[in-house]
Amino acid sequence: MIGRDEVLHVARLARLALAEEEIEPMARELSAVLEHVERIGELDLDGVQPTSHVVASSSKVDVTRALRPDEPRPCLPREVALAQAPAVSDGGFLVPSPQA
Amino acid sequence: MSAEVLALSAAQASAAIGAGELDAGELFSFYRERAEADREAGQEGLNCFTWVAREAPGKAGTRVRETVPHWPDTVRMHESAGSSLAGVPLAVKDLFCTEDAPSQSGSRMLEGYTPPYTASAVARLREAGAPLLAKTNQDEFAMGSSTENSAFGPTLNPWDRTRVPGGSSGGSAAAVAAGLAPWALGTDTGGSIRQPASLCGVVGLKPTYGSVSRYGMIAFASSLDQAGPLTRDVTDAALMLAHMIGRDACDATSLAHPQQIALPSAERLDGVRIGVPAELEPEGSSIEDGVRRCFHRALALAEELGAQVNTDISLPHAPYGLSAYYILAPAEASSNLARFDGVRYGLRAASSSKVEGATDLLDMYTRTRHDGFGREVKRRIMLGTYALSSGYYEAYYGRAQKVRTKIAEDFATAFASVDLIATPTSPGVAFALGEKTADPWSMYLSDYFTVPMSLAGIPAISIPCGLSDEHARAGANGAEANGSGLPVGLQLAGPAFSENKLLDAAHALERAIAFDSTAAHV
Amino acid sequence: MSEPATTPTQPPEGGSPKQKDSYEAVIGLEIHVQLATVTKMFCGCELSFGEPPNTRTCPVCLGLPGSLPVANAHAVHLGLVIGLALGCELAPRSVFHRKNYFYPDLPKGYQISQYDEPLCRGGALGEVRIRRVHLEEDAAKLIHVGSSGRIHGSDASIVDFNRGGTPLAEIVTEPDLRTPEQASEWLKLLRTTLRQLGVSDVNMEEGSLRCDANISLRPACSAELGTKTELKNVNSFRFIERGIRAEIARQERILHAGRQVVQETLHYDPASDRITSLRSKEEAHDYRYFPEPDLLPVAIDQHMLAAARQALSELPSERAARFQRQLALSLETAQLLSFRSELGDYFEAALAAGADPAPPAQALANWVTGELAPRLGGYGREHDDRGGGSAVADEPVDGGVGGDPVNSRVTPAALAALVGMTAAKQVSVGAARQVLDRLIAEGGDPRAIVEAEGLAAMDGGDELAAIVAAAIAANADAAQRVREGNAKAVGPIVGQVMRQTRGRADGTEVARLVNEQLGV
Ligand SMILES: [Zn+2]
Repeated sequence: MIGRDEVLHVARLARLALAEEEIEPMARELSAVLEHVERIGELDLDGVQPTSHVVASSSKVDVTRALRPDEPRPCLPREVALAQAPAVSDGGFLVPSPQA
Repeated sequence: MSAEVLALSAAQASAAIGAGELDAGELFSFYRERAEADREAGQEGLNCFTWVAREAPGKAGTRVRETVPHWPDTVRMHESAGSSLAGVPLAVKDLFCTEDAPSQSGSRMLEGYTPPYTASAVARLREAGAPLLAKTNQDEFAMGSSTENSAFGPTLNPWDRTRVPGGSSGGSAAAVAAGLAPWALGTDTGGSIRQPASLCGVVGLKPTYGSVSRYGMIAFASSLDQAGPLTRDVTDAALMLAHMIGRDACDATSLAHPQQIALPSAERLDGVRIGVPAELEPEGSSIEDGVRRCFHRALALAEELGAQVNTDISLPHAPYGLSAYYILAPAEASSNLARFDGVRYGLRAASSSKVEGATDLLDMYTRTRHDGFGREVKRRIMLGTYALSSGYYEAYYGRAQKVRTKIAEDFATAFASVDLIATPTSPGVAFALGEKTADPWSMYLSDYFTVPMSLAGIPAISIPCGLSDEHARAGANGAEANGSGLPVGLQLAGPAFSENKLLDAAHALERAIAFDSTAAHV
Repeated sequence: MSEPATTPTQPPEGGSPKQKDSYEAVIGLEIHVQLATVTKMFCGCELSFGEPPNTRTCPVCLGLPGSLPVANAHAVHLGLVIGLALGCELAPRSVFHRKNYFYPDLPKGYQISQYDEPLCRGGALGEVRIRRVHLEEDAAKLIHVGSSGRIHGSDASIVDFNRGGTPLAEIVTEPDLRTPEQASEWLKLLRTTLRQLGVSDVNMEEGSLRCDANISLRPACSAELGTKTELKNVNSFRFIERGIRAEIARQERILHAGRQVVQETLHYDPASDRITSLRSKEEAHDYRYFPEPDLLPVAIDQHMLAAARQALSELPSERAARFQRQLALSLETAQLLSFRSELGDYFEAALAAGADPAPPAQALANWVTGELAPRLGGYGREHDDRGGGSAVADEPVDGGVGGDPVNSRVTPAALAALVGMTAAKQVSVGAARQVLDRLIAEGGDPRAIVEAEGLAAMDGGDELAAIVAAAIAANADAAQRVREGNAKAVGPIVGQVMRQTRGRADGTEVARLVNEQLGV
């Protein structure tokens, strides 16, 4: 159902490297799961509203408070912000340049 | 002294501390030593913990350094019910962020990661008096039903060390079952509290979605994730829940629970209508006979307590729940886990390029995520990315959201005629390590009964309802005294915000079932 | 096949002008505006204005595990104000989506934006229709640091998350623009509108207004749209014109060569006037939008609507219409005063100053726009081309009009008094200009300056008649020619009178007296 090329395309979208020997098992396992989940294709769902937020769908709940007042809160000290970074330079997070 | 302390439930220990009969520092040290011994034993023990506190509260190192930009929590509806938590130590699932303690979500990606802030649920329990005892093992990023998908090795079931504790909150469930922690905090996305509670013979409660703040929980599937207690008994679950719930300004999806959580007192079920859905048989599999027998015994007990058991209700879309879940949850996860890119924290893979020194950005991303994520996590990221990708969204994600609507409608219809719905928590008892790792769908099926409630956002509790004698117990830890058999869980679910009703019913049944929750203590 | 995007975009030398004219450009704009909130879109960090890197961050805007966004109510409010000002339909319920892609300036691996249920839809500004206005969060800043020891042998950047999470409103127009000049003019109108609404600094050096242009060509009489390209971050009014012009020229050359324009995202480099393709071909875009599960839909209640309506001030186009209608100003003057709101504000303050005699509105407007503003010099802020800036640089709307009179020494009341005196012929125009120069240099009261300097207009009395007579006597030749019917010969006589009176006399009155005394 899902082939090698599709696996590689999706892996690329997800920024996942796959070793050569990981590709075929991934295709097989994904296909097996997709076969099960595709059962929802059996259902007649015309006109059914999709649920994104089970809370927002509940009429019991006042959702207007979901916004935040525009009031400042303390920021993290820079050394804390950078403390867990794999590579740091000049007060910033060091990365390979995107256009390189 | 130690046997007496170990025998105390969290609520009892809290009361004893309040009455001056027990010293909080001693209680902490007692559990700290037990937890530390298990941690040091690694796979020779149960491997419940990824981190154990070094010092008792009140000493250096447990001070609260609040660097979190927490917005003032103005909307805490009710003062907490019951007594304060009075120093009863708390084990916390690894995926909760805890300042100054590693929070790794069971992943190599976050090995050694120490966040600069504490999750709201943990902070509330700490403020109520429950100090952090340890972080518990889990399936990586909460993806799994066996705790075998942890980068820190599997947790073992204290009832039978050759079997899994369930998952993903397997470390929390096993720690409580083994008496290595008085109680523990877990999270449930599709059954990750209830299923391990069932497999370990403890109580596990998934609250109404939004009742407990998700702020600081390392996300798996945002629209489903919910924190909840894993405890020895129903009273402990109510006590912990009472101190966790409430609106949190840091979580837009959190809400003020309309009811104060009361400690349960019911002993009878007179007038309570319990529905058993017709759709009990999972696709391509079936409930184990031992589980079925325990479940029916529990229903018979409920009737003896005065409940009306109605087997006439139907949840026609529930059999599609697992399918919808395995689209929605991986889709959200694929996005939630995109932040693990090797830039700001966690693992960054060393350059692997054949060209000396050439590291480009794409290589850094893909190698880091290849090396940092385990196999199941990668599988779900792939699945979710596929389901959201161009041309597939409507067929997968869009349809699954509609199935979600239908399942919520099914529950609403059912709750028009019954108060609570009962099912086995899981179709089977604890399975052998490695038994289901080769076939993902067989593993996913252990959440067949728990997933529909997650999709509907309604509360559900699992309580032990007996031992299945279908499987012989091998190499049991301390449980020989209880004879053979493995624990079976009964799941009770109610409408949104019905936690008090659920806890009362569970409490009455718990008394009648009289399961020995200390039988697996090590 | 497409022309390689890296081809320089000089205009084709040999193309026949007729053929060149046979295509019409169709241009739509996408404008990102940083909203003037105190804090970021989804966290409590204060917005950053040049602080050291990574000093304005928190778990939310760093995308730390477990953190959650909570939308800023004031950003929603400002989005509604923009929507109302542009005549949009406001959605009672709008939804945030996740736009998924990987980039180091995007900490969560997705941008929270709006997709198929934006805050506002429809509307128009001037002749350009608005398609939608939605809210989203800004990306962080990538700073190129070149080769680094830490990542040896390769090119490195650092990420500064101070800007990350700044609230943005994205305004998308319908493709109603036809020329680069029109696009630039319309963008100026939008900027003025936004500035006057107070929803954004529209401070272009800070990058708080950024523009992308969608450009396609079609045969002049066709209604069908051609393949469009997206020109990213055209970062000043000058560059938006040049960039669009260059892209139109590039597309024309492709079409004239009988080839197809390829839909792609392009970057315009003003230094080289070249257009380059931004995305590599293999990077097929698939943003995998889905509703943000961490945020509830934004529900607009009556209270929020009322607050947005209240915040809505008069728009430039409305102000211009009012100036024409109520004050009978010419169209040109009314627009000048409205589109540069600081001139309009000064003008209205002067009008309200209660000067006696009162200045006529058109005369006062002419003095503000034609005399005062040009004397104050151009905008001091020239745009700068530093890298990383995708801002639309600040430039005067009209090169000759000059600076903001509020910052000068000339009070609105002083200008009103001066213009009033001029209109009442108490001072001549020439003298009034001298007074204005004094006011600009030193400030003060125009009436006092007129008196101290003896600049009051001379009426047609004896004093002036005597000066005229003396001038006629001193220019006998000229006087004779005037008598012989050469009216133009009056010049030297009038000139002498004006010199002697140092401009106090009214030129028309002097000419009348000369002619009277010469009997013509
Ligand atoms: Zn922040």
